[in-house]
Amino acid sequence: MIKAILIFNNHGKPRLSKFYQRYSEDTQQQIIRETFHLVSKRDENVCNFLEGGLLIGGSDNKLIYRHYATLYFVFCVDSSESELGILDLIQVFVETLDKCFENVCELDLIFHVDKVHNILAEMVMGGMVLETNMNEIVTQIDAQNKLEKSEAGLAGAPARAVSAVKNMNLPEIPRNINIGDISIKVPNLPTFK
Amino acid sequence: MLGYDISWAAFNIIEVMSASKFTFKRIGYLAASQCFHEGTDVIMLTTNQIRKDLSSPNQYDTGVALTGLSCFVTPDLARDLANDIMTLMSHTKPYIRKKAVLIMYKVFLKYPESLRPAFPRLKEKLEDPDPGVQSAAVNVICELARRNPKNYLSLAPLFFKLMTSSTNNWVLIKIIKLFGALTPLEPRLGKKLIEPLTNLIHSTSAMSLLYECVNTVIAVLISLSSGMPNHSASIQLCVQKLRILIEDSDQNLKYLGLLAMSKILKTHPKSVQSHKDLILQCLDDKDESIRLRALDLLYGMVSKKNLMEIVKKLMIHVDKAEGTTYRDELLTKIIDICSQSNYQYITNFEWYISILVELTRLEGTRHGHLIAAQMLDVAIRVKAIRKFAVSQMAMLLDNAHLIASNTQRNGICEVLYAAAWICGEFSEHLEEANQTLEAMLRPKVTTLPGHIQAVYVQNMVKLYASILQQKEQAGEKEAAQEITQLMIERLPQFVQSADLEVQERASCILQLIKYIQKLQIKEVPVAEEVIALFAGELNPVAPKAQKKVPVPEGLDLDAWINEPPSDSESEDEKPKTIFHDEEQRHSRHRQPEIDEEELARRREARKQEQANNPFYIKSSPSPQKRYQDTPGVEHIPVVQIDLSVPLKVPGMPMSDQYVKLEEERRHKQKLEKDKKKKKQKKEKRGKHHRHNSLHTESEEDITPAHHVDIITEEMPENALPSDEDDKDPNDPYKALDIDLDKPLADSEKLPVQRHRNAETLKSPDSEAPPVEKSKKPKKKEKKHREKERDKGKKKEKEKKVVEEKEEKKGEDLDFWLSTAPPPVSTTQPQSGPEVSAAVVAEPEEVKKEEREEQQEEDEGKKSSKHKKKKHKKEKEEKSKDKKKSKKKHHSEEEATESVQNGTLDDEPLPPMSSYRLLAENPYIKMTYDIQGNLQNDSQVTVSVIFENKSTSFLKSMELNVLDSLNTKMLRPEGSSVHDGIPVPFQLPPGISNEAQFVFTLQSIVMAQKLKGTLSFIVKNDEGSTHEKLDFKLHFSCASYLITTPCYSDAFAKLLESGDLHMSSIKVDGISISFQHLLAKICFHHHFSVVERVDSCASMYSRSIQGHHVCLLVKKGENSVSIDGKCSDSTLLSNLLDEMKETLSKC
Repeated sequence: MIKAILIFNNHGKPRLSKFYQRYSEDTQQQIIRETFHLVSKRDENVCNFLEGGLLIGGSDNKLIYRHYATLYFVFCVDSSESELGILDLIQVFVETLDKCFENVCELDLIFHVDKVHNILAEMVMGGMVLETNMNEIVTQIDAQNKLEKSEAGLAGAPARAVSAVKNMNLPEIPRNINIGDISIKVPNLPTFK
Repeated sequence: MLGYDISWAAFNIIEVMSASKFTFKRIGYLAASQCFHEGTDVIMLTTNQIRKDLSSPNQYDTGVALTGLSCFVTPDLARDLANDIMTLMSHTKPYIRKKAVLIMYKVFLKYPESLRPAFPRLKEKLEDPDPGVQSAAVNVICELARRNPKNYLSLAPLFFKLMTSSTNNWVLIKIIKLFGALTPLEPRLGKKLIEPLTNLIHSTSAMSLLYECVNTVIAVLISLSSGMPNHSASIQLCVQKLRILIEDSDQNLKYLGLLAMSKILKTHPKSVQSHKDLILQCLDDKDESIRLRALDLLYGMVSKKNLMEIVKKLMIHVDKAEGTTYRDELLTKIIDICSQSNYQYITNFEWYISILVELTRLEGTRHGHLIAAQMLDVAIRVKAIRKFAVSQMAMLLDNAHLIASNTQRNGICEVLYAAAWICGEFSEHLEEANQTLEAMLRPKVTTLPGHIQAVYVQNMVKLYASILQQKEQAGEKEAAQEITQLMIERLPQFVQSADLEVQERASCILQLIKYIQKLQIKEVPVAEEVIALFAGELNPVAPKAQKKVPVPEGLDLDAWINEPPSDSESEDEKPKTIFHDEEQRHSRHRQPEIDEEELARRREARKQEQANNPFYIKSSPSPQKRYQDTPGVEHIPVVQIDLSVPLKVPGMPMSDQYVKLEEERRHKQKLEKDKKKKKQKKEKRGKHHRHNSLHTESEEDITPAHHVDIITEEMPENALPSDEDDKDPNDPYKALDIDLDKPLADSEKLPVQRHRNAETLKSPDSEAPPVEKSKKPKKKEKKHREKERDKGKKKEKEKKVVEEKEEKKGEDLDFWLSTAPPPVSTTQPQSGPEVSAAVVAEPEEVKKEEREEQQEEDEGKKSSKHKKKKHKKEKEEKSKDKKKSKKKHHSEEEATESVQNGTLDDEPLPPMSSYRLLAENPYIKMTYDIQGNLQNDSQVTVSVIFENKSTSFLKSMELNVLDSLNTKMLRPEGSSVHDGIPVPFQLPPGISNEAQFVFTLQSIVMAQKLKGTLSFIVKNDEGSTHEKLDFKLHFSCASYLITTPCYSDAFAKLLESGDLHMSSIKVDGISISFQHLLAKICFHHHFSVVERVDSCASMYSRSIQGHHVCLLVKKGENSVSIDGKCSDSTLLSNLLDEMKETLSKC
């Protein structure tokens, strides 16, 4: 089983986190931090396996990671997964991202985090490897994107979604969301009338 | 999400999830998968939404729902949706199938009851045509089998086939890993695996596959290690391949190679030891992971010869690795290596003690208690070393300020505990006792943790007692009083301690010493009495000894001694220290409660036991052991320090001296030996076990510096031998430890959403009323279940086999394991196993016929020969399945579900449905089926499927029947006979759904017809209209029968009893096969086959009112004759008429 999949950059800013076990938000952040500390210390030419950190740990678990340009891809897996297999899977994942985004870079992961999640969902489901064939993954992703396009994308928001936003308890929403080093100011939402 | 808690938006997420557009739905599910969990309260609102999405015509809706669900499935969701997901497992699209298969694992985890019903389907998916689905199924089963491998052993043949046929590395890796988990349970499996695995190792180019193969081969070898010496070639191959991996420049491969190597080490240490050079080299690797792995390996590589050298190397690493977890790891490894198998490899305990003392210089390590435990253990069990140990410990106590400088974050101060105890307990060996006592009384001591102070206080008195004795014997009264005075001055600092234990001990002792002082002033000699307080020697007790004391008969440990107080008191338990047991040990000796006689008896028993214990060092007067009996100092053979070696090497840590000394000593020994011309091979080592102290020259050419007596730890008399390792009761996977081979029991069904049974209208208090949860019709599901039931019925004719099922199961696997792998190229069916495993009641010829038929079919589909064999296996497996589903079948009868009879194996049967057309018009089509009710001898349930054929919406459906005298529809209380019963659902266009109605009858011997009407409202764009549909409900006699199994002996008795009426029919022009024919009778007329011989079969059924119906069916050339016997002649003749009708249609 894969316990978690994390992507963060060289500075430890998380770009994607997918946990297949329930952790509270704080614990998740702690795990990411800890994992970053473990992984970032390592030289380029050491092995890609790490005995698990304390939080996501247990002796059964391993961290398997790969480092591409500015990003670390870290999979936390238990002993039922083949170490080298997971390394291949990371490669497949990255190549798939590359195909879907055409020359993927860190910014793609920031602005299209949902797409990244969707691609991941076609590869790993609930902690188990679903598909390893890149062509198959890309086909499914394309088909879904086409379907989305045929529905006119996000622009054709139904009244329901609008009302959902309207009914949100606005004061409780954090106004200032920090995504890494890019801070987006969420303007005060206009009242829908 | 994105690091923020968005639980406040949970409800909004559900709103987005229920959007009709895929775009939004996907986003909704994504959000849900990121933030929903079992604690999310709104999650229960999603059940119906998810169910709707699962059955959506758009495969991506379904896919997205499955993906989402996999992340937040809860026990409730799992229970409610298990059946829907089961259905999806046979979806037409592989995309959905594979997701459905995968998610089943999550469902099993949350709702273990679903495992058994779903397992047959899951097994089917192992042979799915789509590789993705196949791999998903393998994935799930591997995951399941990893936790509870023994339940999946029966799948081994199937996996074996997959392994030899699959080319997908992912699947192969998973399967091979699975085999690794299975082999320990079944060594024969291992033998079978070795060959294909070795082939794979040789042929594959994929490193990942190679590695897993090696891993599994190792597992196989471990499981075989007992009696299979001829696998050394495989071991060599593995070790060779691993060496290649370790030498590879790729750090990943190096790491994995070491990892696998450590597995070999456990059983075949010799083959690994030859690669010591390589592993020591890895210890210098810059990669910490690799160093750690190499450390693991070292553990198994030490021998008496190289222990010191290896530990020296490790000590250098310890110095280098300042304050890291790696250093802690090194520390524990050093201790592990040295202490393994009862200090087997230590030849010089002085060296070991000094290593331990050196380790205490580490700052900030967490493993102080480990070192302390080792010191205690060695000092207690190795008598010869006590003097040296005491001197070292005294030194430690003297330098306590160095160790305890920072008590809060310093775990190392635990060693002071050991030091204090050793100095106190063995104070007779202490040379400068005064000085040590003073060291222990320093004010600084009060900053130590409580449990250490307590030991200090206790051991001060021991020291004090021995000093007192010395002084008194020497006649130095002054000195004796001085030391008493010192104690009285210093002890109050402990009396003020906040720690209760310290305080109590200190005040007791203070009073005692004050009393001694009084006596001393009166010049009364007290030393003898004081020393008597600590008389006797402590024996080492095995850590588990307490647990192993058998509970005396009649003692209930769980019973309350006193009634518990009503108020729960706040329990302020003292923080537990590892040394608590130790304290108990002290007190053991001070409880002389047992009378002398009892003691003598026990002693005798113990002696007896020790005499039989090979590991117990008996006190036989061997020359080597003489010194033991006289514990005088002069008898301890201390190393003769060779003065040619300088005693103090400047700048060198102490333990190094011992290494040098040891080398020297060994050299000398060697020379001596050479002189004696004892030719012994140096490498003969590694086979000696625990009897370290008794080694003889012939076995061991390195004699230890000390003749060491390692005392075996004591165990209580008649200790329980059980070594059960307690399993964690909270293990979530424990729940999945389910025997999958047992037939399904009545209660084991996936909960199905079903509609209100009319019966419950009348008697809502009978059983739990089914709650109508969903309006969603489930025709697909229904059909599916029918199919399953079909299968279930197939084995009617094989009833006999039922009893032999268990054996067969075993035989199955045994058979597979005992023969060579498939490539046997005989076209002849291998009848041996077949006969033993398959239908016993049948004669051979029939069997062969059948087989030939089956083969012909096979050849149509698959030409390969060995697939035939596989097919047979499948067949056997199928028959097992059938047995399972049979049980299920019965349960469903009770549940007034529609039950249909199935047909026989192998032959593809035309799809049969017991649903007959009731009525039809352009709007609606009704089909129905009638089932007897086992619980009530005068009720039948009519299940009607309504299918909306129009494009309009049908609602307000009401069904009414004109009751006859004999047959009446069961209506809710209070309604008149003219009222209809509303159908509890509405039908959107193109949808069908099933409703059930209960009828009561008086006589069942005749078939009957009831007229009825369905009224409903058709609603479309133009408006709504009232419509009516008339129908005739035909109650055939067969519908009053309930399939009941009957064994041939009971059947024969029944026929002999003679109170049955007889009648017979003959039908000509039958072209279908006999099997087929029987299947039809079983299916349509609810019979079961009792026995079948050639083309002749006896069948049995029973009506809801208890009439027995027996049939003898014979097939001629083109005709079938049926003789029937029944307790009611009318019923029989009606039944036969119906049968004739059915058969004439064939």
